[in-house]
Amino acid sequence: MTDPAFALALHDIIKRFGSTVALDGARLDVRPGTLHALLGENGAGKTTLMRLAFGMLRADAGAIEVDGAQRRWGSSADAIAAGIGMVHQHFLLVPAMTVAENVSLGDRGIFRGFDPRNAADRVRQIGTETGLVLDPEARARDLTVGAQQRLEIVKALARDAKILILDEPTAVLSPAESQELYAWLRTFVARGRTVVLITHKVREALATADDLTVLRHGRTVLTGMSNQLDESAVIAAMLGTSVAVAGGDAASPLPAAAPSTSVMSLEQVSVMDRRGVARVRNVSLEVRAGEIVGIAGVEGAGQHELLRVLAGRLSADSGKVRTPSRIGFVPEDRLRDALIPAMTLTENLALKDAGLARGTLDWEAYNARALLTIREHDVRTSGSDALAGALSGGNQQKFVLGRELEGSPDALVVENPTRGLDIRAAAHVLSELKSARASGVAIVMYSSDLDEVLSIADRMIVCFGGNATETAVDADAVGRALVGLT
Amino acid sequence: MSVLARIVRSQIGASAIAALLALAIVALVVAAGGYDIARAASALWNGSVGSSYSFFSGTLVRATPLIIVGLAVAVAFQAGVLNIGAEGQLLAGAAATVAAGLALSAWPGWLSIPIELAAGMLAGAAWASVAAVLKRSFGVLEVISTLMLNFVALYMVSYLVRGPLEEPTHTYPETLRLAESARLPVIIPGQRLHLGFTLAVLLAIVAWWFMRSTVAGFRIRAVGAGPAAAASAGRVSVDRVVFRTFLASGALAGLGGAVQVTGVTYKLCELISPGYGYTAIAVALLARLNPLAVIVAGIFFGALEAGGAGMQRDAGVPSGFVYVIEALVILGVLAVDRVRTYAGARSAAVPGESAA
Repeated sequence: MTDPAFALALHDIIKRFGSTVALDGARLDVRPGTLHALLGENGAGKTTLMRLAFGMLRADAGAIEVDGAQRRWGSSADAIAAGIGMVHQHFLLVPAMTVAENVSLGDRGIFRGFDPRNAADRVRQIGTETGLVLDPEARARDLTVGAQQRLEIVKALARDAKILILDEPTAVLSPAESQELYAWLRTFVARGRTVVLITHKVREALATADDLTVLRHGRTVLTGMSNQLDESAVIAAMLGTSVAVAGGDAASPLPAAAPSTSVMSLEQVSVMDRRGVARVRNVSLEVRAGEIVGIAGVEGAGQHELLRVLAGRLSADSGKVRTPSRIGFVPEDRLRDALIPAMTLTENLALKDAGLARGTLDWEAYNARALLTIREHDVRTSGSDALAGALSGGNQQKFVLGRELEGSPDALVVENPTRGLDIRAAAHVLSELKSARASGVAIVMYSSDLDEVLSIADRMIVCFGGNATETAVDADAVGRALVGLT
Repeated sequence: MSVLARIVRSQIGASAIAALLALAIVALVVAAGGYDIARAASALWNGSVGSSYSFFSGTLVRATPLIIVGLAVAVAFQAGVLNIGAEGQLLAGAAATVAAGLALSAWPGWLSIPIELAAGMLAGAAWASVAAVLKRSFGVLEVISTLMLNFVALYMVSYLVRGPLEEPTHTYPETLRLAESARLPVIIPGQRLHLGFTLAVLLAIVAWWFMRSTVAGFRIRAVGAGPAAAASAGRVSVDRVVFRTFLASGALAGLGGAVQVTGVTYKLCELISPGYGYTAIAVALLARLNPLAVIVAGIFFGALEAGGAGMQRDAGVPSGFVYVIEALVILGVLAVDRVRTYAGARSAAVPGESAA
């Protein structure tokens, strides 16, 4: 087992998507029999690198070695044959099929047939050997998230995976389930197998992994054994700042904001998902008139639900929510959640009243309001009877923002408002938000682009694992909070 | 833009093209089958619109349930509810109406007729509610549940006319005839056309106004066209709108059955509906779900059904060809829609680019 120095080695990997460079000479060396954490911010290239290792993507340049031998994958099937398994962040299960059927899905050979008893035995055998016990007859859709993840791992083990790659495995798990998973991964590597763990949680990585590699902007910026690295060095490498070492006062008190009236507030608010896992945990916050509260969070940290509670679109499972009745909401998926593409702009404007109004609709008035919105917010279109779906993305977003700002709302909740827009349209949207703030609207804005939120926010709230923490408005403080450090 | 493109892009033009294409294809098939196409066409014409009797007592009488049930389908489809079960809801409505009418035979018409029609609507809504509850509670696809319930309704009618509602002599599998007072009055002396046609046209106008001008109607359209946006941007309770529209659709289909038994058959029997609930789907699609256009589409299909009988009698062409026309109209509407989508996407791209 100690023959080759590395179970998996990726050298000088370059991968471009169109004009963006996702990986720019990244390097990863995984010693056999170890748990290796791959760290980095959103978009650092972690998942892309591991998809290359798993044969889902092909590198533009670079070398892949497994157990010291150079390999080239035609597809994931080759990587699986070479003993690599991957558990994706979004599970790839057939919900209506049983555990045994899901495990057998990738079997080769059309004429070999499916033997349910054999498949069930395999699942039971893996259960006794590894402790990952599952009922082979259970339907995948009836399993808890933790059990679904176990099934994904069992699928990989059924193909004799010696190297297991997990992409943000704890993002969907409760804290107890996460502990359980980490404990199991430790026993797995103790038996000589190898694990690569993609994560953004520095503390968990340091506590669990033998080795660490940090990616930033597609390059490997730090690698080493976790008992020789400290938190601040890892964070500095992830964020690309040296300040992080000194920054311990992330939650320092803010300069007193100009006194103004509180427009909305949350007190100890929690939201559960359908499986009963808390997406938002005991969050309290207050938003005042004339300020922009920026929200940051990695995917699945709870900001999606938090924004919808604030906008009155999702009811909290516990806690007190106080929001104004006149509140605008700009969701990130505008063609799905904000506009009806097959309806005219006038109808899309009237949509904002659809749930609450009664009696008849005055279409003349809505038409006039649509025309006013088009004019005031510089929406380029043939007129108010144009279909929303016929507008460009930037003009759709200007119209949505205009609609939500119409009638001087008390508050506005916006989610990734510049997503998919070109620079000019994005700048327009941001300046609209600033002028709304100037006129006294209480604004909550989330953006996955940290620089964008920081450029406009008066205060910052960072979501991590369903909790929300207020931080200073600077990249370093927010960056630390994003990975669970305060 | 060429004239042809403009016709294709207009709603009415697209439907007219689909209908004409269907007629042309069937004409070709009829000709290829060795029938005398000219005689078939003139028989179709004479049987449907050739005389005042064929028009008022043939076409419009058949158009009446098609319009009412066509509205039921159109309203449901507007909300994205694919109610394929109008036939079953119509049968349930017809059965309840006859039961009520027989029970109230001693009552004056001004009192019994509204109760009969209400009974039909209630029964139709109740029949639809089975599928609506299954959809809301368990996510059962209404396309399947409503279709299956059609067969249940058909056999339920079979049972009723052989059991509890069978006429006292037990000779025929049908009910007694409704009393004169319990029937819808004829509106043109000497013709068979009854008050149900007036009701159908009024309903279409009300439905058109409702869908266009009321908040509730707008909610239905928004939920059908973009459920996520209706919920998020409009704060519409999507499940509730879907459920209520489903019941309303069932009530309209039930009313179609009620009007048919009080205006035409005056009794319940197994062959009360020659598939009006299915033809109504073609009516609604040809009308582009527009309630006013449902009147026109309903009369068009009423004419085909009335003329089809004449075609078989006078030219020997099987009347089944009429159903081929219906099926081709549905396919034609769907096909022309695709063409329009492409044409629309091309022409919309031009101003979109300059505005980016």
